[in-house]
Amino acid sequence: MPADDLTPSASLTAKREAAVAALADVPREPGAKKPDPILVADDVKRHFGGLLAVDVDHVEIQRGSITALIGPNGAGKTTFFNLLTGFDRANSGSWSFNGRSLHGTPPFKVARAGMVRTFQLTKALSKLTVIQNMRLGATGQRGESFWRAMLPFTWRAQETAITERAEELLARFKLDTKRDDFAGSLSGGQRKLLEMARALMVEPELVMLDEPMAGVNPALTQSLLQHVSNLREQGMTVLFVEHDMDMVRDIADWVVVMGQGKILAEGPPETVMSDHKVIDAYLGAHHDQSLAELEQELEAGTLTEEEPAAAETGDGR
Amino acid sequence: MDWGNILELSLRELVGVQAIVFALAAIGINVQFGYTGLLNFGQAAFAAVGGYGVAVIVTTYGWSFWLGLVVAVAAAVVLALLLGVPTLRLRADYLAIVTIAASEIVRLVGRSAWGRDVFGGSDGITGFSSAFYDLNPFTEPLELGPFEFRERVLWVLAVGWALVAICTLVVWLLMRSPWGRVLKAIREDEDAVRSLGKNVYAYKMQSLVIGGVMGAFAGIVYSLFQGAMQPDVYATNFTFFAYAILILGGAATVFGPVLGAAIIWFSFQFIDLALRGAIGEGYIPDWLMDSNDTGAVRFMLTGVVLVLLLVFRPQGILGDRREIALDAR
Amino acid sequence: MQKLARCLGALLAVLAAVLLAAPTAAAQGSGETIHGTLTYQDAPVAGVTITVSSADGDEIGTAQTAADGTWEVPVPGPGDYTVVLDAATLPSTAPGVARDTIETTVNPQQRKVVLFRVGAPEGGGDQPSPSATSPSEGGEEEGQAPGEGSAEAEAGEDITATAGNNQLLQLFVSGIRFGLILGLAGLGLSLVFGTTGLTNFAHGELIVFGAVAALLMNQAGVPILLAALLATLLSAVFGWGQDRGFWRPLRKKPTGLIALMIISIGVSLFLRYLTQFIIGGGRETYDQYTYQSPVSIGPLSITPRDLIIMGICVVLLAAVALALTRTRIGKATRAVADNPALAAASGINVDRVITVVWTVGTALAGLSGIFFGMIQGVDYLMGMRILLLVFAATVLGGLGTAWGAMVGALVVGVFIEVSAYVVPSELKTAGVLVVLILILLVRPQGILGRRERVG
Repeated sequence: MPADDLTPSASLTAKREAAVAALADVPREPGAKKPDPILVADDVKRHFGGLLAVDVDHVEIQRGSITALIGPNGAGKTTFFNLLTGFDRANSGSWSFNGRSLHGTPPFKVARAGMVRTFQLTKALSKLTVIQNMRLGATGQRGESFWRAMLPFTWRAQETAITERAEELLARFKLDTKRDDFAGSLSGGQRKLLEMARALMVEPELVMLDEPMAGVNPALTQSLLQHVSNLREQGMTVLFVEHDMDMVRDIADWVVVMGQGKILAEGPPETVMSDHKVIDAYLGAHHDQSLAELEQELEAGTLTEEEPAAAETGDGR
Repeated sequence: MDWGNILELSLRELVGVQAIVFALAAIGINVQFGYTGLLNFGQAAFAAVGGYGVAVIVTTYGWSFWLGLVVAVAAAVVLALLLGVPTLRLRADYLAIVTIAASEIVRLVGRSAWGRDVFGGSDGITGFSSAFYDLNPFTEPLELGPFEFRERVLWVLAVGWALVAICTLVVWLLMRSPWGRVLKAIREDEDAVRSLGKNVYAYKMQSLVIGGVMGAFAGIVYSLFQGAMQPDVYATNFTFFAYAILILGGAATVFGPVLGAAIIWFSFQFIDLALRGAIGEGYIPDWLMDSNDTGAVRFMLTGVVLVLLLVFRPQGILGDRREIALDAR
Repeated sequence: MQKLARCLGALLAVLAAVLLAAPTAAAQGSGETIHGTLTYQDAPVAGVTITVSSADGDEIGTAQTAADGTWEVPVPGPGDYTVVLDAATLPSTAPGVARDTIETTVNPQQRKVVLFRVGAPEGGGDQPSPSATSPSEGGEEEGQAPGEGSAEAEAGEDITATAGNNQLLQLFVSGIRFGLILGLAGLGLSLVFGTTGLTNFAHGELIVFGAVAALLMNQAGVPILLAALLATLLSAVFGWGQDRGFWRPLRKKPTGLIALMIISIGVSLFLRYLTQFIIGGGRETYDQYTYQSPVSIGPLSITPRDLIIMGICVVLLAAVALALTRTRIGKATRAVADNPALAAASGINVDRVITVVWTVGTALAGLSGIFFGMIQGVDYLMGMRILLLVFAATVLGGLGTAWGAMVGALVVGVFIEVSAYVVPSELKTAGVLVVLILILLVRPQGILGRRERVG
């Protein structure tokens, strides 16, 4: 990829214009039909005890676009991600990717179908080096079968090819200097980059990013955003969960708002952010405060409710 | 006290049958726990199943020794599948509890009067090893300096160390391949591996099966050496010992289990003989300890070594300190 | 070369020693017999006359104990028998016998063990010297019953006394008793797991600690009830000290949960063999409340001791349940179990809660050990035996929940006793463990557990 892709001006490219144009005539309402959906979900429900965590009637994701999934904490965004990618089981509903039904499909088959996700809490594989992390992402490796693994000549050529591709990606994500470091020694932002690069090794059509910007230092966010927009430039579709409205506005072509498990609103960023339902969902009674301030409060709330807990207990419990 | 004799007897243990048996068991655990992160606390069951496979086929049913070997390995595979199917989708501690339960089930059923007709009850089974010793190419004892190995022992040692070498080679080959990379990644975070399109469940199962088959080799070698298959050899301590050996040598290292086994059996023999010597000479008063207590002391030391290792040198002898430091995340 | 053989031989020898006291014996032929070994202060007692009669009073046979203290009387078939020791034939060195008449039930093909306690009750059988024998040459070739022999000794003891009663009901009550004590034993494990994430393989040794502490005080002349009280307090101190001096510093270090679990195995090995070093490989009993005549309540017969034990268990379990829901520290415990970071953020002193859990959990485990000791006797392997059942109970109930541990313990207790009705009693434990695996297949989170969120 040419280096100038990484400059901020790249945000108004032909691909973005195409994506915006394709979505121009789509009605601004929950469950709106898209001209060329890559992912379609219907009646997806997930209960946790008495709580209905996800209750999505209908949603479509436009191919070749960047769609942001926003919503207050506990809106069911991550759970919805988990359901779509097979990491959690829906109580009911159906969804299809490229016309292929994925209900009940285990996560690894979802990934092989071309729908790859990342996690809110970065899952860098600490005791593997950066390059090993990358190689792991490649699919269809001969050396990953038990019997052939013991016969290196059967997989060596493929391994070399994979390594070359991995090194290209690392260079693009500016991780090439860390090639042989343990992934566990990287900073939080570098891990996010590594996770994204590793997901690209799968050669996905749809990349699902769960809060790609969470916990990344501000200096890195611009470069991360740039990488996300670049995915679209390379013809991939992106669906991402995010809290920060400014970032959403910068890169998203379409925004889907969730609240209490349901899709509340859909539309281009500007439209959605002035939608009353969205403001109510986010702000409740605090209509007077600015969105940015409330975002910050929500973020702070997130920190005590979810993240440290997950960080502490994420390993074994 | 005859220090020369003590040292000589202890040095023999460096290459002894016990070292072989526990090296095999620990290599298996290394694949499962060291590389894949699976807590198999039932390695004793795999060893027992291996020993019973040969013993039951040859003695109880009177079929051929070779069939016995096949059945022993097949039984270990089946056991791994049985244990893996319900637990490999669950959290790590479930596998630990289910496997330790399974190892007691195997032992209790094996020694029960109910299954005596097949498994020989608590006395176990004898009389299945002659086919193995008939193959013995060694016709006279081997003398190496002060050490003398009888033909029978020599044969067990030769076959045993060949097995250890093969298993080590297999582990070495596997762990530098993409297959081994997937295993190590699963140890780190299985959800991440799933999200990259790998069938984690299948890999865990393969790991459990391979480690279990190596455990079965341990049981086969030991019961052939003893000429007897006795269920109580395969109590939970068997598994815990193998873990101690693996952690001493270094988990997730290719030669760690072998080194750990040799060192532990050398030290055990040395401590035991030294204590007995000291008791015999009256250096240790009887009210404190008599020669029957040396067994207990040895187990106590194993426990202490296990704790100290994990606290102060969790990477073992051969492991990489940097890797362990990453756990601190 | 014989190292492994030796240490395993030691294990086997100890097992065999435990088993000599077990009533279930391998069917070594078709014929049913009643047999036993008579000892006093670890030495065999020879030349004592023992008479077996059938339920309706007919004398079946008489035996004299041999030089090694053993005796055996073949019986015509399964049924109820009365075994009487003629105290007059005891040697002058022996002060007397605890109970000279024992009623027993012989099952088909059973070689029933009946033990008389001469003088101050002592551990069962001659203790084969640990580590001196190898499995292939040991004198314990006839080691008959499985590892959990003492659990059977206990069941057998009570059930034999109630011949003719409704056996199933009796087994059920036995199971409730077993389950209640198991519940007491398992609470600590479950709460420690809930609050710290540690699966503590040394928990069995905490149970043994109480039993052995009481035993040592008892042997030093302290009456058992006082010894039990002191031992429970000592257990609490032990739990407190273990957390403060050992586990807490480890939690502060970057030690993973799996490493902690294996550390607990090391602790378990150390404590278990320290116990063997101190009390030896045989089975010891307290000098009181080991045997009692049962009283009849309706169709049941039960010893007053067991009633009191069950009462204490119910009271303590209820107290813990109330404490968890009503008191500050109890609520804090549940909060920590639910989410340690959030609990810490809301001002709960997590370390203090964990210390309290360790202290109370170890005290309860120690007390349960004393109860097990009264019923089954004390031996150094009892921890491992009970630990597996405690694991089964907590997994069954759902790891980390206090209620789950209690419910699971009752289920396991009842199952293990009642299953003796259909399963050969030596396979009771195996049966429970099989059921555990089957339940995990259907409901992996246990009976009361919750599923957790991914990602």
